[in-house]
Amino acid sequence: MDKLVIAEGAPISLDLHKYMRKSRGGKIKTAAMSKSGLAVNLTVLVLLGLTAYGFFTFDYKNINIAEAVSSTIGNAKVLFGQPRLRYNTFPGAMNALLATFSLGALSTIFGALIAFFGALLCAKNIANPITANIIKSFVALVRAVPTILWVLIFTVAAGLGSVAAVAGLTFHSAGYLIKAYAESIEEMDDGAIEALKATGASFWQIVFQAVVPSSMSHMTAWTFLRLEINFTNAIAIGAAAGAGGIGFDLYMAGSHYFDLQELGFITYIVVAAVILLEVAATRIKARIR
Amino acid sequence: MSGEHMDKVPKPQDQTSVFVRRRRTFTLIFLGVMAVFSISSAVTNYDVIGGFESIPAAITWIAKNLIPDEKALSRLPNIIKKLTETALLSVAVTVCAGICAFFFSLLGTRITKINPWIARTVRIAAAFFRNVPDVVWAMLLLFSFGQNILTGFFALFFATFGMLTRTFIETIDEVCEACVEALYATGATYLQTVFRGIVPHSMPEIVSWVLYMIETNIRNSTLIGVLTATGIGAMFDLYYKRMDYGSASMVVISIVILVIAIEIISNQIRKVIM
Repeated sequence: MDKLVIAEGAPISLDLHKYMRKSRGGKIKTAAMSKSGLAVNLTVLVLLGLTAYGFFTFDYKNINIAEAVSSTIGNAKVLFGQPRLRYNTFPGAMNALLATFSLGALSTIFGALIAFFGALLCAKNIANPITANIIKSFVALVRAVPTILWVLIFTVAAGLGSVAAVAGLTFHSAGYLIKAYAESIEEMDDGAIEALKATGASFWQIVFQAVVPSSMSHMTAWTFLRLEINFTNAIAIGAAAGAGGIGFDLYMAGSHYFDLQELGFITYIVVAAVILLEVAATRIKARIR
Repeated sequence: MSGEHMDKVPKPQDQTSVFVRRRRTFTLIFLGVMAVFSISSAVTNYDVIGGFESIPAAITWIAKNLIPDEKALSRLPNIIKKLTETALLSVAVTVCAGICAFFFSLLGTRITKINPWIARTVRIAAAFFRNVPDVVWAMLLLFSFGQNILTGFFALFFATFGMLTRTFIETIDEVCEACVEALYATGATYLQTVFRGIVPHSMPEIVSWVLYMIETNIRNSTLIGVLTATGIGAMFDLYYKRMDYGSASMVVISIVILVIAIEIISNQIRKVIM
């Protein structure tokens, strides 16, 4: 292009058509399909195809959908519109809520502790690549097992109670947090590590003087996110594995007493607690940063 | 004006050394964590020593019992059938919730909202759907739908919808601000802005989130399955309660393989599109 010299008065003969991408009909293409665009479109198409295939092959057992939907809407109105307690007392529900929160908190603390050391062993910039890969694969395996299955497995091994619930929740939390922490450590500036290495600092000095201070805020954010997840998971395993707490109250109200209003009241307590936890977490995170 | 000016005046520097402040923060965090720990273990009667002892015991138990046997192998076709159903369910739920959440989130973002009150309502609705536990949705639906695949579908749908609406609002606000302004400046209509600007710009992020939610939903559907006696979760629960641990372990292994396969595929797709 830069060889093009336009003499005064000479007609500009730039054959732009050579550079244009055209469709078969001769129209100029205004959008070029990149590799990533193609991948996005392909992924969307495959997902839509799988969805359609799924809807065709599901076994609906001749359910009357219209009737079920309208009765669900009626039930939802009772659930969310007329909450009240009958089988539980309010202080009792608060106690159960505290128990559920405690399960979540304990498993987050244990998970964070395990994950801190695990992440040091598998962050690319400070760990040995072979150990890192082994640990990363193991962690992926642990994470792939749903929390509820961990809890049920530990229930057989350790008996029903808080030990099984905490152990089950901890396994998954540790798996999740190791990945998250390792990524936060990998994001940090390598210069700091190199500088400390040059001064002859030991591994633990590097960890506590460079790694921890610089990835602290990320790690705290992940930990609080996990605390929120663990709280909802503790509700779920309370319901599905009989691990106690407010989740078990939910299960009893819904599947034992068939009491929608009670279910509604407990739901509101849970929602308020989750929102409160989120607000508190945001405040504490801002302090630590 | 004066307020803005005041902000720029440097505050007097905190003279405390970085190291002292850092030590103070660490001490505070340590004390806070210890306090939460002691209160929590008191509330739940958590036995710390028993907790540590349970882990080797559990691992020995897993190594002894959770091993697929011949009976489990004969059940493999059934397990795979249920697993396929669960996988398709997760995909269908996430895609449907994703499409609904995308249009819903357009009303809630800073840059495409129609009216601030609608935007606020959308955000509150999203928070509501996100924070009501999926256990509650499952219970509610169980009343009318019974032990049907649709119970699981809608229970997962509401939770996924709430989660995706929030993330899409954040994504669109983050990714598309400049392109929306540019399109408005050319005189594009609202729909043109959405389909020519926002959809292509935010699609990689959105697809990435949808893939993540598919993975999460496979795990969550196991839980909903245990609760509502449908799908792969119910299958595990059945074998487990019959103490047929060989078959139960087969279910666990197949779930693990599915989740890891989906994780690997999603990561490959993410590498190309992001």
